[in-house]
Amino acid sequence: MSLIITDLHAGIPDREILKGFSLEVKPGEVHAIMGPNGSGKSTLSKVLCGHEDYAVTSGSVTLDGVDLLGLEVDQRSRAGLFLAFQYPFEIPGVSNANFIRAALQARLPKGEDIDAVAYYKKLYARMDELEMSRSFTARSVNEGFSGGEKKRNEILQMMMLEPKYAVLDETDSGLDIDAMRIVSKGVNAMRSAERGLLVITHYQRLLDYIKPDIVHVMVDGRIVHSGGPELALVLEEKGYDWAKEELAAAA
Amino acid sequence: MSTVLETEDIADIKMDTVGDFYFPEVHKYDAGFGLSEKTVDYISDVKNDPDWVREFRKNGLKTFLEKPMPTNWATKDLENIHFDEFRYYLSDGQKPKRSWDDVPDDVKKTFDRLGIPEQERKFLAGVEAQYDSEAAYSNVKKVVEEQGVIFMNSSEALKTHPEIFRKWFGKVIPTGDNKFSALNSAVFSGGSFIYIPPGVKVKHPLQAYFRINSEQFGQFERTLIIADEGAEVMYMEGCTAPKFETSTLHSAVVELVALKGAKIQYVTVQNWSSNVFNLVTKRGLAMEDAEVKWIDCNIGSRLTMKYPGVIMKGKRARGEVISIALANTGQHQDTGAKMVHAADDTTSNIVSKSISIGKGRATYRGLVHIPKHLKGCKNNTECDALLINSSSRTDTYPAINVRGNQHATQHEASVSQVSAEQIFYMQQRGLSEAEAMSLSVNGFINDLVREFPMEYSVELKRLIDLEMEGSVG
Repeated sequence: MSLIITDLHAGIPDREILKGFSLEVKPGEVHAIMGPNGSGKSTLSKVLCGHEDYAVTSGSVTLDGVDLLGLEVDQRSRAGLFLAFQYPFEIPGVSNANFIRAALQARLPKGEDIDAVAYYKKLYARMDELEMSRSFTARSVNEGFSGGEKKRNEILQMMMLEPKYAVLDETDSGLDIDAMRIVSKGVNAMRSAERGLLVITHYQRLLDYIKPDIVHVMVDGRIVHSGGPELALVLEEKGYDWAKEELAAAA
Repeated sequence: MSTVLETEDIADIKMDTVGDFYFPEVHKYDAGFGLSEKTVDYISDVKNDPDWVREFRKNGLKTFLEKPMPTNWATKDLENIHFDEFRYYLSDGQKPKRSWDDVPDDVKKTFDRLGIPEQERKFLAGVEAQYDSEAAYSNVKKVVEEQGVIFMNSSEALKTHPEIFRKWFGKVIPTGDNKFSALNSAVFSGGSFIYIPPGVKVKHPLQAYFRINSEQFGQFERTLIIADEGAEVMYMEGCTAPKFETSTLHSAVVELVALKGAKIQYVTVQNWSSNVFNLVTKRGLAMEDAEVKWIDCNIGSRLTMKYPGVIMKGKRARGEVISIALANTGQHQDTGAKMVHAADDTTSNIVSKSISIGKGRATYRGLVHIPKHLKGCKNNTECDALLINSSSRTDTYPAINVRGNQHATQHEASVSQVSAEQIFYMQQRGLSEAEAMSLSVNGFINDLVREFPMEYSVELKRLIDLEMEGSVG
């Protein structure tokens, strides 16, 4: 029972971006992936979710034993994989409440309907935790939202869908300290023995709020270093050049 | 794929297509293939038309034959209509039934499956159901009848209420308005006639349902609604046909007359199969302080050409067209609105939204006419197009003809596309590709759908879901 990524090679036509990426995230664990710009962090999140722009050339990804690479984007989601987007998209005319409800509905067997009363009760409770105003339910998904509101909305969706594994792609980008605190509170509330989290970030800052069990350094499409939370501090101090040099020395 | 239903019970047939089924044809009267003076006489004989109607038809035929196809501005696909390959009148010769129990089984099952008169029991004030050329069922609730409301088949009305019928029939849309209004004038059959007496406000909607069951057939209903001074009515129509290999023609004429201070709202949700040529002329006349509002929803058909219009003839009259068109692969929705301001201080509003899916094509044509001698006229036009795929197509031809400087007009247009990233985002939350597209489309038209009666907005959402399911592989 894990999210297991083995020797994954993937990229866009004529350019390999992930070059033998391997990682196992067990339920209950929080992993952080740190890396310089262009190391392939965001590509990793999109490849895991099945974005059509990226092709996997070799390697495997399994989620609790299920071969993810053989599934469509929506099937991967329903299998238990969630991605908090770095740049969430807008859906004009579709209210937040209806969108999340449709996503939950998609997880039910045909003919079965969501209990609307229970749904709103839960939605409001989660929104309160994220300090979101009730007006968000009626607003179109992400339309006219500030950067911080969009990120909170991603966490809200995660809290409602309760995935087995969640990837948070640069969730801290564009957040001020207050928003970071609220978002982190939401993420920390999602930590549990049954759920694995993969936090992708460029800066150590977020990891002050979301304490990882294991930190990985990603350079040029693969993990070059793994260690405890202290590794993040080393990186903060020495910069990514240090990790790059290590990689060069090893080669 | 069409389904022929011959078995006793259709209750357990899976509802995976909306109107794609038909019963074997049974016709006592069949005008045969092709259109000539003989066809027109046949229809007049069967219907026992008064002389003035027979004359009206003959004039219609003559005008139809004289007028060229409007391919100078419209699509060349019109040339693929072969008028000699249609049958212009089909009926089993029975009078419309007042009681649902008396309706023939095939017809009853057809409308049962489409949800009529289940809807009537729920919320309608009256229902008329037309099967091919004639009404099979017609009923209006007693309370409405007692208010003096007349709601019946046009064929019946021209005989029983000639004094009101003749006064307005063909006056809003003259026979020679266009080639297809002339065609309708020659062979019209069925459609609704409604008269609302002065001051009567009909609380619940009146509804008509038009069903084509037969292949290579043309349906030509004729509807005339008159709201007398201060009266109010909402009328709703639904249309379906099964998918045949050959084409089917639907060419209706709908005339609305709103006298001083009256209000008419006309709601259409059509879901034609993609072999239907749907060429319809709809226009309303609004007298002083009157209001005519068209809510028009076009789904399906091979080609729809329809531009509901309002002539604002009295001071402070208002006209409104709210339309939604959805064009899937193999379909062309050529729709729009016509607003003719013919008095001071008249106001018109056009909001049009079109959605093109796959290789579907949506065209908007608008005409706003405000002559120089008037003052205080206002028009607002908004047309938005949504493209689902890069091979979808949309065109906009607005014609705003405003003379004089004492008017206010406003025109906004937009084209947007559902992006692959947006679909990816929604799919990442667990929605299938079809569900994601459907949600985007529903979001796009959301603000218009709120104008619909509840039952129709639910139906519309269901139709869009079905279109989306079929459009992704």
